Amino acid sequence: MTDAPVPAVPEGVHELDIIGVRHGAFGASGSGDTSGFGGLVEPIVMPAPATRPFGGWFDEVSDEIELSLEARNLPATGVIEKVVIHRGEITYHVRREHLVAFATALRDEPGLRFELCLGVDGVHYPDEEGRELHAVYHFLSITHNNRVRVEVSVPDGDPVIPSLVALFPTLDWHERETWDMFGIVFEGHPALTRILMPDDWPGHPQRKDYPLGGIPVEFKGATTPPPDQRRSYN
Amino acid sequence: MSTDNVTYSSADEPDVEYSSADEGPDAYSGSYETTEGRVYTVSGGDWDTISPAPEGEHDRIVVNMGPQHPSTHGVLRLILEIDGENVTEARAGIGYLHTGIEKNMEFRSWVQGVTFVTRMDYLTPMFNETAYCLAVEKALDITEQVPERATVIRVIMMELNRIASHLVALATGGMELGALTAMEFGFRERELVLDIFEMVSGLRMNSAYVRPGGVAQDLPPGGEQKIRDTIPLLRKRLKDTADLLVDNSIWMGRTVGIGYLDLAGCMALGITGPILRSTGLPYDLRKAQPYCGYENYEFDVITKDTSDVYGRFLIRIEEMEQSLRIVEQALDRLKPGPVMVEDKKIAWPAQLSIGSDGQGNSPEHIQKIMAESMEALIHHFKLVTEGFRVPTGQVYAAVESPKGELGCHLVSSGGTRPYRVHFRDPSFTNLQSVAAMSEGSMISDVIAAVASIDPVMGGVDR
Repeated sequence: MTDAPVPAVPEGVHELDIIGVRHGAFGASGSGDTSGFGGLVEPIVMPAPATRPFGGWFDEVSDEIELSLEARNLPATGVIEKVVIHRGEITYHVRREHLVAFATALRDEPGLRFELCLGVDGVHYPDEEGRELHAVYHFLSITHNNRVRVEVSVPDGDPVIPSLVALFPTLDWHERETWDMFGIVFEGHPALTRILMPDDWPGHPQRKDYPLGGIPVEFKGATTPPPDQRRSYN
Repeated sequence: MSTDNVTYSSADEPDVEYSSADEGPDAYSGSYETTEGRVYTVSGGDWDTISPAPEGEHDRIVVNMGPQHPSTHGVLRLILEIDGENVTEARAGIGYLHTGIEKNMEFRSWVQGVTFVTRMDYLTPMFNETAYCLAVEKALDITEQVPERATVIRVIMMELNRIASHLVALATGGMELGALTAMEFGFRERELVLDIFEMVSGLRMNSAYVRPGGVAQDLPPGGEQKIRDTIPLLRKRLKDTADLLVDNSIWMGRTVGIGYLDLAGCMALGITGPILRSTGLPYDLRKAQPYCGYENYEFDVITKDTSDVYGRFLIRIEEMEQSLRIVEQALDRLKPGPVMVEDKKIAWPAQLSIGSDGQGNSPEHIQKIMAESMEALIHHFKLVTEGFRVPTGQVYAAVESPKGELGCHLVSSGGTRPYRVHFRDPSFTNLQSVAAMSEGSMISDVIAAVASIDPVMGGVDR
């Protein structure tokens, strides 16, 4: 199945939004499937970037962010890759070299005041070439009762993101967990060590290329394979 | 692709040469040279048997409290540097209960995920399940379609769960500080709540009761009445527990002014829940960003301004009373109706019932799929084996758990399984404050501080 042709990028879809390709519909191959569904090939497309006006308070916050970035001599287009609005939540995709400036603006600008950072976690997209590892931050403003999400993408070969521990000390353990589970290096973290896995553990368990592990379960007259080898219906 | 493409040079690490058995008093204790001097490892035995450091060398004593210690709240390891009875540095070591729940969920259907999340913070299963289900429903864009009755049942179960969780916090906290009667009372009262859970879901804990789209099954006959009957009993007994401790001079001596963390500290460390409210900030997600219809209930956000262990204790006591208020209002709002979304492509088809061989699909449902409707059988089979698909995208849903903000960050790639689920567990974040709360205090105060954080290691390590 994997040698099936990769479809062209559909009309109107931004290349950055494609995170992979889905083959078939049943998670099984070579089964003599005659339904045709097993031969499906389609790109996995994340929600498209939003364009102005965003609606609601999203515009006010975005204006504030752009103003405060300009005050720091940073053009917003160079800092923010794209803005995605999905299910009533706003996500700013920020280039890593400007993450610290962006987070400082979020925390300090009176119109923004995202004083509470709720942590960072990783997401691994192995098929997104050059942007395999994403770090996702959630910010909460108690002052304005808003939430925003900030996403930073880095290539697998150079998985370095500046640490925000100096701005938000709560990120200490969160960044350690993301390093532990995804291998994202947070440059400037005071002690970036493993936190959940043992210190000498090889690999980063929550990456997609890291196997789940497990053993077959034997029943009377039958065996169930471990979860990662069962049919998946992708 | 390599899974570990970053290597640290060993230059930064001290050049350690271990020499255990020959020089130490037993095989597990020994001494070794480091760049900072000779380090002696000691386990068990008397202080007298420990060889003192040679004259002129600086003494630093680092004590491991835990991971197996009755008063560290589960497998929490506290690494304390002490000077006599005073703690000069405190660090928390976690990971002893890491079970890979987030990774495992990527290999199960969306509905099966509920059975995993319920086991994270095992004292707040209803909150874990609801946070996860709210996130799945948001990703499916069916939040508005969840029936009223299911939402009200969720609120009832969550608020009862809050009481159970706070009771364990008081019980274990009391036990750790020597108030054993409080422990006995706390666990006894918690059973009243767990009895309700057992009657409604079939299980005392880890009930997997809240499901994407609603709840697993309706309240059983007599369930509503049982909850109504339990409330006065709980209210009376909660008062007994509170009376034991609130004005208790020994209890106050151990908790007043201990474990201090002010608002600035809470903001920096991302602390939420009773610890944040003990600084005087009335921040509660149920009021600030209501979910599950919490805007329809009358209740107070309890705050204290002492920023100490005693304040957090009082907050938990009073929050239980507020939870009872919410449960009473929710019972009045309970109207007959469905408890699962209409959409048959998402709704779990079967209701559960108790048969001669235990809990399983109800006989009516089995009769229907096996004898009456082939389409229903196909639907049942597809939903149970394959599950439903969730559109691509990411969402974040948060609930106010007894410990603080419990958030669920969920990424879907359009498949029948979560692409990535991450839980922002309040215990994980709040536990970071151990150092700020206990450095400079006595060892005994560390216990009180940890008890007031109320960490549950199942949630911390996931």
